Amino acid sequence: MALGIIPDPVARQPWRVILPLLALVLLGAAVLYSAAGGHLQPYAASHMVRFGIFLVMAFVMSWLPRDWFKMAAYPVYGAVFLLLMLVEAIGAINGGSQRWLNLGFMTLQPSELMKPTIVLVLARFYDTLPAPMTASWRGLIPAGALIGLPVGLVILQPDLGTSLAIVFGGVVVMFLAGLPLRWFVGAGVAAGIAAPVGFFTFLHDYQRRRVTTFLDPESDPLGAGYHITQSKIAIGSGGIFGKGFGNGSQSHLEYLPEAHTDFVFATMAEEWGMIGGVFVLLVFAALFRWGLVVARRGPDRFSRLLASGMTATIFFYVAINLMMVMGLAPVVGIPLPFMSHGGSSMLTVMICFGAILAVDRWSKRPTGLT
Amino acid sequence: MFGKLRHVSLATLRNSFDRRSAVLGTLQGTIGVLLAARLGYLAVAQNEKWELEAESNRVNLSLIPPRRGWILDRNGAPLASNRADFRVDIIPDRMGNNGKTIDTLGELLNLDEVELRDLRDKIEKSSGFAPVEVASGLDLERFAAVSVRLPELPGVVTQRGYSRFYPTGPSVGHLIGYVGTASAEDYEEDRNPLLITPGYKIGKDGLEKQFEKDLRGYPGARRVEVTASGRIIRDLETREDVPGKPVKLTIDGPLQDYAARRLGPESGSVVVMDCHNGDILCASSMPSFDPNSFSDGIGRIEWKMLSDDDHVPLRNKVLRGLYPPGSTVKPMVGLAFLEAGLDPEETVFCGGGLRVGNRVFHCWNRRGHGTVNMAKGIYQSCDVYFYYFAQKIGMNPIAAMARKLGLGAEYPLPVVGQSYGTVPDPQWKERKYGREWQTFDTVNATIGQGYFLVNPLQQCVMASRIASGRNLMPRLIHGQGGQDAASLDIPQEHLDYIHQSMSDVVNGPGTAGRARLPIEDVKLAGKTGTAQVVSLSVSSGKTGPWKYRDHGHFICYAPFDKPRYACAVTIEHGGGSGAAYPVARDVMTFLYDPGKAMEKLYEFEEGWGGTARERLDRKYAAYVEQYGPNAPKVGDAAEKKQAEAAAASDGEPSQPIVRTAQSPRPEPGASGAPSTAPEAD
Repeated sequence: MALGIIPDPVARQPWRVILPLLALVLLGAAVLYSAAGGHLQPYAASHMVRFGIFLVMAFVMSWLPRDWFKMAAYPVYGAVFLLLMLVEAIGAINGGSQRWLNLGFMTLQPSELMKPTIVLVLARFYDTLPAPMTASWRGLIPAGALIGLPVGLVILQPDLGTSLAIVFGGVVVMFLAGLPLRWFVGAGVAAGIAAPVGFFTFLHDYQRRRVTTFLDPESDPLGAGYHITQSKIAIGSGGIFGKGFGNGSQSHLEYLPEAHTDFVFATMAEEWGMIGGVFVLLVFAALFRWGLVVARRGPDRFSRLLASGMTATIFFYVAINLMMVMGLAPVVGIPLPFMSHGGSSMLTVMICFGAILAVDRWSKRPTGLT
Repeated sequence: MFGKLRHVSLATLRNSFDRRSAVLGTLQGTIGVLLAARLGYLAVAQNEKWELEAESNRVNLSLIPPRRGWILDRNGAPLASNRADFRVDIIPDRMGNNGKTIDTLGELLNLDEVELRDLRDKIEKSSGFAPVEVASGLDLERFAAVSVRLPELPGVVTQRGYSRFYPTGPSVGHLIGYVGTASAEDYEEDRNPLLITPGYKIGKDGLEKQFEKDLRGYPGARRVEVTASGRIIRDLETREDVPGKPVKLTIDGPLQDYAARRLGPESGSVVVMDCHNGDILCASSMPSFDPNSFSDGIGRIEWKMLSDDDHVPLRNKVLRGLYPPGSTVKPMVGLAFLEAGLDPEETVFCGGGLRVGNRVFHCWNRRGHGTVNMAKGIYQSCDVYFYYFAQKIGMNPIAAMARKLGLGAEYPLPVVGQSYGTVPDPQWKERKYGREWQTFDTVNATIGQGYFLVNPLQQCVMASRIASGRNLMPRLIHGQGGQDAASLDIPQEHLDYIHQSMSDVVNGPGTAGRARLPIEDVKLAGKTGTAQVVSLSVSSGKTGPWKYRDHGHFICYAPFDKPRYACAVTIEHGGGSGAAYPVARDVMTFLYDPGKAMEKLYEFEEGWGGTARERLDRKYAAYVEQYGPNAPKVGDAAEKKQAEAAAASDGEPSQPIVRTAQSPRPEPGASGAPSTAPEAD
């Protein structure tokens, strides 16, 4: 609009957040290139290609009218839930636990898809719920069931990190939907009491060990505490300016576990130092600020809840992953959006991003698709 | 609760959304700041700590065990050297699921059941942090097979290094000792990280133990960049090791080997000394063990084999075997008589025995020797001559001469232990038993029986001192120059007389005519000795159970007129001196004409079934066949030490009190008419 040469649909995109994101993805690709010993394969190239494809997908999503989102909410939820059951069934038949479906060109984790889906379905639910009922049981019980059913299946897999992410996304939507504050306080207190009980009854041994070693990583430097310790070594030894591109000894000598997925931030911080780390934090800060701004400007209750819930879902990824690699949270398998190598999680994040983009568009053109 | 519901409208929800999303935004911002602070704390405040940790991850400092100093013979040929070696060790503490690791190793290295069994024993007994040898001397192929699978074999260490090698194996076992992995006690004593470096061995016995400090050297170090799984990426820096200093011995390697082989299946020892300077040229003790196979620890089969053997292969008989010397003391006693003023031509009539009071002391030759002077007393080994004059002269001058000639002494040698035996005299008996010295004690002592106990080294020293007339001290370390040994102050004519009579033992009408050397112009002078082990009522000493048979002794030197080499041979339970002097003759022959001596040896070895090592190997194979992996476990180190201590005993082993005269044993091949022609045994 302002610049005549740039076509309108292009100029309308929120470039001040897309460009930093592109920079982040490129940094991620550079880190993956280094982690692969200076090769594009097998991580960096596919990382960029996937981002390109998913970005197009996000743009396409953003062009869809609001009503389509609203209409699709329950069917999509139902479909993803069926996929979750299918995974569970296949796992049971094969005599073990399985988390993904092999689609041939990529493996799909239905539990990943459930993260944006839960936000979508709850936004839709509170959109249709008459305002006065928000503070009644009718605002709580159905929403609780919508969250509880898929979380139950994911916990069975067992995948603690993803279940927490789904719960988090759902609860944030409930919180923003205006449910009485005392319920959240009450639930918080109940969780505070239930957590120790659950810790000793429901968690698997390996999950429990992760928590205990998180509390004291030095207690088991060669076992479960190894991940945290090696990650801290990588980040700490990077210093302010890092060891230089391709010079990270922790990742190249294989001391850092999962250097290209969950611990990619440590890989990056070792070579790019605190400068790189602060850059990553700033890009994410810009993304979340933008997400919340878009949510506030949302044309209706549905779009506001959708955008803020999607932002919260991405935020959960980032916060938990960064706290984990810096030794502030136990090791849970949650990747870092836009940087970690991995198709399913990037798909999830880009669906969230696409949804926020869509809300952004709706607020500019309330009518949706022209 | 329901009262409130009515007030909720879309507008209030919108308000609450704005407030709550602001809270959410603040929360996100707070977490962001927290993360940034944490990042700064790790990367800036704690940077030094983590950098150090990263460096200690990346760089692996490993010790390069120093190459052990060689042990050389007098001509510089190695008795113990090092050879390049591919080896595999295991550190039990770092081994996770040990059953699986060992099984995999067994497959990769083609270990058989017995070897696997021994390996498990060793791991079980190990202290955990110290490496246990799995295999050494591997070919490149098997070494590589293990190396590539290291990531799945936790605790396994492969390396190229050096291992100890004893070219002549069992021949030097007792003399040199062996090396082995440091035990937990060794590490307690000396907290040197070198001791728990895989592949590093310390001296466990013999000279290897005595000269540990010199032989050890200084380790090198190697800094390498390694991956988490231990794969080496590149060398950063290497400091070479400083090899240990060599130790050069007075031993003549080929002679030592020859003597050991010549002993054959017998249990015995050969000591050869240089009469000019006291150098020990040979100190062989057989049967022995192969120090090459000891360095990786003693396996079950080996242990069973060694502990079953009544020939005590673990005892160094040269230093720790104590025997009644029998008639080999007679030249010494003769010297004592001469010194006491006895005219050597004074005679006594031997009718096969000597009556003292109401008792008769028998000569070994019951038919008697007729008129006997000192020379005949020596070359015919007539006991009556010595009974008669010993009583006249008394025990003290004899004991004094025995000590002067080196019996009962402990020599300043770098060895692990010496048993110095007993030279009995009245004071000694009073001290030890509180009894008075009796006539029969003199009678026993004068023919080297009774309380008399010597070791083979002492016998050789005695021979060298009689030969040289000088106070020669035995030496093991080469390069100390000539020995300026003081004269023993024995008049030359006394020595000449004894020398002549000793020559007559071999070259004249004596008891060892067949000991004559097949070398022209070199005459051997010697003295036979047959020491009884049990009284005649138990065994004749010639036949019957091995352990009741008489010990055979022979001391000698050559050339008889210009003494150069002295030699003492002891054959345990050989049935008499006839088992000893052929060995002495061949060993002495080897010094002058190795070819001739070897020819003879080959003949013997054909009859015995191969060289000492071949026979040892065959015996091992037979044991494996018989016991397989079911051989009993190796006794604990404590047990082993006890056994060693018992074997070693000390200067005064428990001896039963002697209440009577012992009957001397007949000398073989000397029943009056000595054979003159040297014949093959």
